[in-house]
Amino acid sequence: MAKVVPQILTANRLRDGEVVYWRDGNWVEAYGEAQIFPDDASADAALAAAQDFVKRNIVVATYLFDVRADGSPVKEREIIRAAGPSVRPDTGKQARHV
Amino acid sequence: MYRYDEFDAAMVRDRVAQFAYQVERRLKGELTEDEFKPLRLKNGLYLQLHSYMLRIAVPYGTLSTRQMRQFAYIARKYDRGYGHFTTRQNMQFHWPKLVDVPAILSDLADVEMHCIQTSGNCVRNVTADQFAGAVAGEIEDPRILSEIVRQWSTFHPEFNYLPRKFKIAVSGTKEDRAAVKFHDIGIEIIKNAAGETGYRVFVGGGMGRTPYVALLIGQFVAKEDILAYLEAVLRVYNEYGRRDNIHKARVKILAHQLGADEFRRQVEVEFAEIKKGGTLQLPAEEMARIAAYFAPPEFEVLSDASPEFDAALKDKDFANWAKTNLTAHKIPGYAIATISLKMIGATPGDISADQLDAVAQLMDNFGYDEIRVTHEQNLVLPHVRKKDLPRLFARLKELNLSTANAGLITDIICCPGLDYCDLANARSIPIAQKIQERFSDLERQHNLGELKIKMSGCINACGHHHAGHIGILGVDKKGVEFYQIQLGGSGAEDASVGEIMGPGFGKDEIVDAIERVVDAYLNLRQSDERLLDTYRRVGMAPFKNLVYREQLHAAY
Repeated sequence: MAKVVPQILTANRLRDGEVVYWRDGNWVEAYGEAQIFPDDASADAALAAAQDFVKRNIVVATYLFDVRADGSPVKEREIIRAAGPSVRPDTGKQARHV
Repeated sequence: MYRYDEFDAAMVRDRVAQFAYQVERRLKGELTEDEFKPLRLKNGLYLQLHSYMLRIAVPYGTLSTRQMRQFAYIARKYDRGYGHFTTRQNMQFHWPKLVDVPAILSDLADVEMHCIQTSGNCVRNVTADQFAGAVAGEIEDPRILSEIVRQWSTFHPEFNYLPRKFKIAVSGTKEDRAAVKFHDIGIEIIKNAAGETGYRVFVGGGMGRTPYVALLIGQFVAKEDILAYLEAVLRVYNEYGRRDNIHKARVKILAHQLGADEFRRQVEVEFAEIKKGGTLQLPAEEMARIAAYFAPPEFEVLSDASPEFDAALKDKDFANWAKTNLTAHKIPGYAIATISLKMIGATPGDISADQLDAVAQLMDNFGYDEIRVTHEQNLVLPHVRKKDLPRLFARLKELNLSTANAGLITDIICCPGLDYCDLANARSIPIAQKIQERFSDLERQHNLGELKIKMSGCINACGHHHAGHIGILGVDKKGVEFYQIQLGGSGAEDASVGEIMGPGFGKDEIVDAIERVVDAYLNLRQSDERLLDTYRRVGMAPFKNLVYREQLHAAY
């Protein structure tokens, strides 16, 4: 049986491109508030529910990505996407915490 | 420089209105994302890793003072206070909001700018030698032909849905600063034995996952025939280029599969057909009309010797800057000044809104209202009086724009990489910064001489790694960033594709590995050979031995 990897659902907001994450049937901007899906069934259900927001032109480019048990992304790409450019801490989501 | 006529102005304004309406319909839900995406891409608007990105066309890399100031204004009003000059001489803003883009396009139209031909499978914004109209030995200013090609290609109905994007570059000198042999079509302005000016046409160069140096297709195309010839090349490509496989869709694949002789034969059949019609013959008067826009400024009659310049050379910083960042001008008493956007530890090609405004002021004060963007992501003031150079340098120093490294190891071409780009597999900017810091000692840089490092964060090669004396390619290995080294590439007149050295290096190993390449070069070099020359003489093996000897555990 395939190993179960937790996942997070993300998208970009249509109006301004902001990276958003799924939480309990809606979208949040902060990575730390994202909902972590423990298995494929719950992740796929959220992805299906998110299509309603795509149809309503609120978000685009929805996808799931793998995270570790502590919720941190497996891939560097998602670490950077969640924070902002690593070379410009004054930009992106990370700038809000400075 | 070129000024819009009423047709250009109306066309760009129409386009702004059209896109504003498309955005409105998208936001209302009258267009789906699938319907909207090709429309936004045709207006230079991408969705990147963090946000949208807007790419603005800078035709053949030439900008006026007004346009620089408008970039500063846009950076402040709609973005995060900075912009990024690209390897195609364009400007990118990383943080625009979709809802603001119609207003940005309108602000751009106010200064005769737009985002047309910066994306999509059309003929893209034409690039040219940044020293156009200023450098000695130029046969003709390449911007004249570039502008003619722009007018012919913009919204060309036959070439709006090519198999893939199509890039054209033009050079007017023997020295190639526009990487013409790495373009879909590269044009070199030449003179034939009879002393007539015409064009040598290279086809099928490119980078990406299948790098090729272009094939010589048109040996000598007469000036009046150039549009007919380009149209013939594009027709062959449009008909036979592969639309079934995106990785094989560029003209380089078709041209190299057919071979130069067969590709040329097919182009000549089309060319003869087009010539029969006679409509694409370029009238001399029209060429002269366009050329007039690029007439040089009224240069003063000056002696080439400048006491002010000579006195300033006593200052070590100025002397170092003069050594690398100045190029001889065709007019006595003038110089071409390169403003490096490769400050040690900064992002290659990035410029802040304040710097944009300040450089605009320098263009007003010293530069005849004009600046050029280079494909190496620097800026060039093409016409500066030598006696003004000390004052220019002093001001650049205040602006943190006086880095004396043009053409040296720290003058790195670097794509935005995984810090910004949705396609990237690895970061490139932090690696460039670490290499710059490692080699920041100027004496060491001068000792190494001309050494071009070019780095891309993925196989698409926006950072021209195939053409680097040292090329670096970032790859993703199970979610971790790795970096491959290539040696022996060149984007100049001696164009060549670099060869992969071997297994990649982790992000904490790559800078040491680059240093070992450089040390190997110093051990191997004879007299004043560049690293590229040494590599071409001795091949990969001696470099490889020295680089991997200390890192036999290097990861695959």
